Parts: sequence; structure tokens; C-alpha cells
Amino acid sequence: MATTKKTKRPELDEGGMGYLQSLPRRVVTVYLPLLVFVIVLLFPFYWMTITAVKPNLEMTDYANFNPFWVVHPTLEHIRYLLFDTSYPGWLLNTIIISTAATFLSLLAAVFAAYAIERLRFSGARQVGLAVFLAYLVPPSILFIPLSVMVFNLGLYDTPFALILTYPTFLVPFCTWLLMGYFRSIPFELEECALIDGASRWQILTKIVLPLSVPGLISAGIFAFTLSWNEFIYALTFIQSSENKTVPVGVLTELVRSDVYEWGALMAGALIGSLPVVVLYSFFVEHYVSSMTGAVKE
Amino acid sequence: MAVSSAAVQPRPSILSRSLSLLADSRNALGFGFMLPAAALLLVFLTYPLGLGVWLGFTDARIGRPGIFIGTENYQYLWDDAVFWLSVFNTLLYTISASILKFALGLWLALILNQNLPFKSFFRAIVLLPWVVPTVLSAIAFWWIYDSQFSILSWALMEMGLIDHRINFLGDPENARASVIAANVWRGIPFVAITLLAGLQTIPQSLYEAATLDGASRWQLFRFVTLPLLTPIIAITMTFSVLFTFTDFQLIYVLTRGGPVNATHLMATLSFQRGISGGQLGEGAAIAVAMIPFLLAAILFSYFGLQRRKWQQGGGD
Repeated sequence: MATTKKTKRPELDEGGMGYLQSLPRRVVTVYLPLLVFVIVLLFPFYWMTITAVKPNLEMTDYANFNPFWVVHPTLEHIRYLLFDTSYPGWLLNTIIISTAATFLSLLAAVFAAYAIERLRFSGARQVGLAVFLAYLVPPSILFIPLSVMVFNLGLYDTPFALILTYPTFLVPFCTWLLMGYFRSIPFELEECALIDGASRWQILTKIVLPLSVPGLISAGIFAFTLSWNEFIYALTFIQSSENKTVPVGVLTELVRSDVYEWGALMAGALIGSLPVVVLYSFFVEHYVSSMTGAVKE
Repeated sequence: MAVSSAAVQPRPSILSRSLSLLADSRNALGFGFMLPAAALLLVFLTYPLGLGVWLGFTDARIGRPGIFIGTENYQYLWDDAVFWLSVFNTLLYTISASILKFALGLWLALILNQNLPFKSFFRAIVLLPWVVPTVLSAIAFWWIYDSQFSILSWALMEMGLIDHRINFLGDPENARASVIAANVWRGIPFVAITLLAGLQTIPQSLYEAATLDGASRWQLFRFVTLPLLTPIIAITMTFSVLFTFTDFQLIYVLTRGGPVNATHLMATLSFQRGISGGQLGEGAAIAVAMIPFLLAAILFSYFGLQRRKWQQGGGD
């Protein structure tokens, strides 16, 4: 919310002193570097897409076919992926796990953020700091002890292993983000409601939550993307092919000893990326604000 | 009749009174509201953190609890050349990737901060590498770095710049450069977009005033942009450094630590020894060895952020 307001402001003065720059100078200092950046940043996606629809013959014959283009596009790799591998199952697993982990984390984060930011119980500041520190604990140092725990709890190789461990990085992030949103809601609204006899629960559900819908969306899609992209826990806690998530499945099941099915691999990477990219394209503003918001607070 | 009703009445009133007292008490309500998040984090974050430290002092293996063996794991690692190589690799990887990400990210942010047509479109496009699952984009890089069919080798050979294929992931030096390049590719958008948000909070009037005072373009950047951007640079780079230092996915996909351990990071070595090799205790010890570095990075940035208070004349 704060970010969109801030991005609007510079546009009021129409680029400031931009008119002082001549066009050739702008081409060299702005447009040319931007073009290079965009090409470099997008090339892997182009390469992924073009490989996914390229017949195997063209893929390895650079002498007769220009590798940057595809002469006879084919859906063979995608067909193979969807019908001859467990890929659809991995997609379903990833969707279920990400959605469940996101809801669980949002639920916990809403209460925690409201308590820290508005109930101001004794020690709320310290708890807020602890939540921030929890966000800095990386999965790479937790996966070994967590794997022991997951095994002892009998969750090994079940979706619950991931649904319960993803909140370790989602809850701190969502709480931190929502704290920022709750802070922007005027105290007066809550005071009015308190005077009118509303309970804390009513204030939370009828006043604070409706006002922080943008924040909830930001936290939600961000959490969903983070769980969709998670790799190390999914690699460690899941063993059987049918329980794998997309990133793990593509890497461990589609790569067979020495024959690289590049077409199928790229198709798998492409289709696995699409859901988050589509989600992202619908909520770019929320996405940017949650990313910058989490850093700025 | 009257007696019994008088005897019954106080009971619900005490109950409801204590309930409303509870609801009014910040601490009781705060405790209740914190419970779900606290339970999740204590059970799945704090406890494993402690368990990890404990495992580092045991000889636990997969399927066997292990007994306390003191600092034996650490003594073993101290004499282990591969461990020290992984520490060196991690530092090299983190430092060079972070510097590149910062320089290129800042450059891109400055470009995007110009008055461009389709500005929000470019901003959306630029963030894509960061949105897509790392493993999946890393697989694309794997194909780009293929020893036989690398598109980069082909393009450079067509242009006549090189005369034989580059062995991107097979040669130690090339492999290090390749994984750093892939990490920078993925990290630039995050740095650029967060710094862009910081740039947009700097008022244009400061630039105009400095220009009237005769400041050059470099001076505008050095004395207006940079000081005002420092706080957000500090926090962005802290996050970037932490995530690069603990990176696992990219290496696991591209090289699995090879060739001859030249790209093994501490996280991948910890996975290789702890999970693939089954030596949970040793793997945990390697993971614990990462903690001092992380703490150092956090403290460094904490004091970096403290500076901002007096820089901006106290308070926000």
C-alpha cells in the first residue's frame, strides 16, 4: 500500500530533469543497457520454451538448423511429460501442499501480527524481533534436524512433512509483512469499535481484516510462490515418486543416468513455472509491494 | 425457589466476568493470539535449531540415534580439506555473486528509475527470474551450459570469438564462474526492484537543488542518491548475502559440488554427508559451522542500520 503511493509521486513532476538529456545520450545510457538487461534476464525462458517444442532431431543438429529457432514445432515432449510420466501427480501434490501451507501460515500470521502490533502485550516488541530473526534462519541449516524430527513423528514421505515444515519460513515472513499493514490502519477505527462494544475478535474480523485485504493477498501469493519454489525440504523429506513436488520430481525423475531428455526437462520446467508466473502477472503490484515492504520495514 | 436462584446466579456471573477479564487482558489475549504461530515456530524452528546443534555433537546416522561424542565431528572437519575447500567456495561464491548482484542491480534500478515508456511493464518483466522456481530455471541453465550443445559456445563460435567449445561445468574454474553467473542472473531482479523502491522515495527536488549548485551527474549520484539509499542497500544486501551464503538448489542442480568439489558449498556438503552419506551428525556439524558466518553478516548489517539513525538526524 505504502509503496504504490510512493511510486505515484515522482510521476507528478514528469520525470524531473529528464528533459535536460538529449536523445542520443539517453539511448546510450538508458535504452541500450536496458535492452541488454532484458535480453539477458529473459533469454533462459526463451531457450526453455523453444527447447520444449523442438523435435529431438533439430535439438542436436546445429549445422543444419539455427538453434535459436524451431522449424517443425512439436508437442511430443509435452505429451510425453503429461501422459507418460508422473508429472500431473507432482503438479497436484505441489498445488495441495502449497495451498495448505499458505493457509496454515496466513492463519497463524494474522493472529500473531495482530497481537504483536495491536494488542501490545508485554514483550510484544521482543516477540516481533524474534519473528524477524526467525525469518533469517535458513532452511539449509534446519533440514538435517528436521529430517530426524519428521522421521520420528512418522511424517516421512507424506505431504504433511512439507505442510508442517514450510510454515517455518512462511510464518515469520507473513507475520512481518502483515505487521506493516496493520500498522497503517488508524487506531481510531479500533477505538470507535471498542466504545461501541465490539470485542477484540469482532474488531479483528470486521474492521482490521477487511482493511488489510491487499496485505493478505500480498502475503498469500508470496507465501504460495515460496512454497511452490521450495526445494531442499521436499528433496529431503519425500522419497516415493508419487509424493514428490514439481521441482524435485523434474530433477530426480526426469533425469535418467546418461540420457538427458532435454525436451521433456524443459517442458517440465516451463509448465512448472507457469502457475507462479500467471499468479505473478495478475498481482504484480502486490508482489512488488510485499517484496519491498518486507525489506523496508 | 428464591434461595436456589440466588445460589445459582453468582456462578455464571463469575465465569462470564473472568472470561471478559481474560478478553480484556492484553497479555492473556496476546498469548492466545500468539499461540498458533508460536507453536509452529517453536516446534519446527527453534527446537530443530537446538536439535541440530546437539546432533553436531553426536555420531547419529540415518536410522540410528547416536551418542554424544563431544567435538569429534568438528575435529574431523578441522582436518578435512574438502570442508575447508567448501568454506572457501562458499565465501568466494557469496562475495563475488553479491558484489556483482549489487553493482548490476543498482545499475538496473537506476535505469528503471528514469522516465521510461512502459515502465511498469519493464519492472514486471525484470522480476521474472526471481519469481520462477530456482530449480526449474537452474535446469534451463544446465542446458545452456551443456558441454556439447551449449548455445553460448555455439553463438561465440559462430561469432568467431572462440575456436572450441567451452567446458562450462567440467572445469573447476569455469564451473565456479558458471554457477556464480547463474546465481547473479537470479539475484539481480531482487536487488534491482528493492533498490528501485528506495530510489523512488528520494525527492526530485534534491536533484534539482544540487544541479543548480553545479553538481555533475557523478556528484548527484555520490552525494544525493547513495547516502539516501544506504539504509535500503544495507538491508537488501543483508538478505541477498544470507540467501547466497546458504544457497543449495543452484549448486545441487548444476554441479552437485563437482568437478572435484570445486563448487561444493557448505550447504551442499552438509546435504551430501548428512543425507546422501547418512552421517547425520557430521552433516549437522557442517550446518552448524555456517551459523557464525550468518551471525557475523546479521550483526554487520545491524550496525550498518544503526548508522542510519544519526545519518538522518534521528528517528525515521
